[in-house]
Amino acid sequence: MRLSGRHLKCVRGGREVFSGLEFAAEAGEALAVRGPNGSGKTSLLRLIAGLLIPAAGTIALEGGAAELTLAEQAHYLGHRDALKPALSVMENLAFWRDFLGGEVSDAGQSLEAVGLEHAADLPAAFLSAGQRRRLSLARLLTVRRPVWLLDEPTAALDAAGEGLFAGLMRDHLARGGLIVAATHTPLGIEARELRIGGEP
Amino acid sequence: MTALAALIRRDIRIALRVGGGALIGVLFFLSVVVLMPFAVGPDLKLLARLGPAILWLGALLASLLTLDRLFMADHEDGSLDLIVMSRIPLELACAAKALAHWIAAGLPLIVATPVLGLLLNLDTLSTSAIALTLLAGTPALTFTGMIGAALAVTLHRGGLLLAVLVLPLSIPVLIFGVAASEAAATGPQTFGAPFLILCALSLVSFVIGPFAAAASLRQGLD
Repeated sequence: MRLSGRHLKCVRGGREVFSGLEFAAEAGEALAVRGPNGSGKTSLLRLIAGLLIPAAGTIALEGGAAELTLAEQAHYLGHRDALKPALSVMENLAFWRDFLGGEVSDAGQSLEAVGLEHAADLPAAFLSAGQRRRLSLARLLTVRRPVWLLDEPTAALDAAGEGLFAGLMRDHLARGGLIVAATHTPLGIEARELRIGGEP
Repeated sequence: MTALAALIRRDIRIALRVGGGALIGVLFFLSVVVLMPFAVGPDLKLLARLGPAILWLGALLASLLTLDRLFMADHEDGSLDLIVMSRIPLELACAAKALAHWIAAGLPLIVATPVLGLLLNLDTLSTSAIALTLLAGTPALTFTGMIGAALAVTLHRGGLLLAVLVLPLSIPVLIFGVAASEAAATGPQTFGAPFLILCALSLVSFVIGPFAAAASLRQGLD
């Protein structure tokens, strides 16, 4: 499996964010997107996720499931956690499991893996920022998708959480997954660097 | 199918929990209808004649009240991104969300109608006829209103914009809804014709609403 972008150009609100961007990542490889604020890291992830349309250029996933689009084979972990405060932790996770579908695993086990099993029945409104992030990570574990698009994945996570997340990413890569992460901090795993914009 | 059922279940659950919109809609409907006799005065005959129109207007405003949150809430917390990316066609997901909204916010209005009919001096027959027209007509309000709700996300504005966009679209529903109700309550006209047109409006909105809303959401991605 190979994810690649060619001659990518992104325009937001009439302003060119980046152009002529090239990248490629093989299965089992992580790509760390780095660059100063406003250089278009999030835009690049949203382009790959199909949530933005490139002004020029193409993005392709070779060797994935033929009948599915790239977006349908990807997890997008954005700034916003996609959690409903009125629903409990377990209800939130179970909803995404049932809605996203495909190859799924047990939600309870994923909660255990991210250290939230004690809070399963707690409404998501009472979670801290770090716990919300952990719950989002549980979504990545519960529903299997080969491509992970992560936007500042370690924001709000404590040191133990960062270690745990690095382990999860390593497992994902070992199973032939692919990660594109926009980040300022070290990811904690070996990653190829993709620099966009000027030097920070 | 499980995915759509999950989406419907989630939206209904959120609407019924604390802070959800289901109860607010019914309370608003109740307040509008209760205020009417104070405004119109104690003329019972006049009240009974205005009854169907008042109930329909109340239901229309109450169903608009919570509609602007239909996609906005999902947009704000990032759920909409995941819904757009999912393996479910966006049109079906939109239809499921509108259906859930109708079950949580529209059905309670219909259940409340017989009680409110009493306040407007309507007899049992006309009240049940109005409830029946609401049952046939409110889905059209929700499914056309969904287009406005999707546009509100695209334009980053909620609230009043939705009312301005959606109210003109709901005029046909209002005309035939009230016509059918009045035919049953007072009139020499037949109940059948306007009622069937009302059903047809709902069916048309089932087709147009999800496609228009999905197109608008795709357009507004950013």
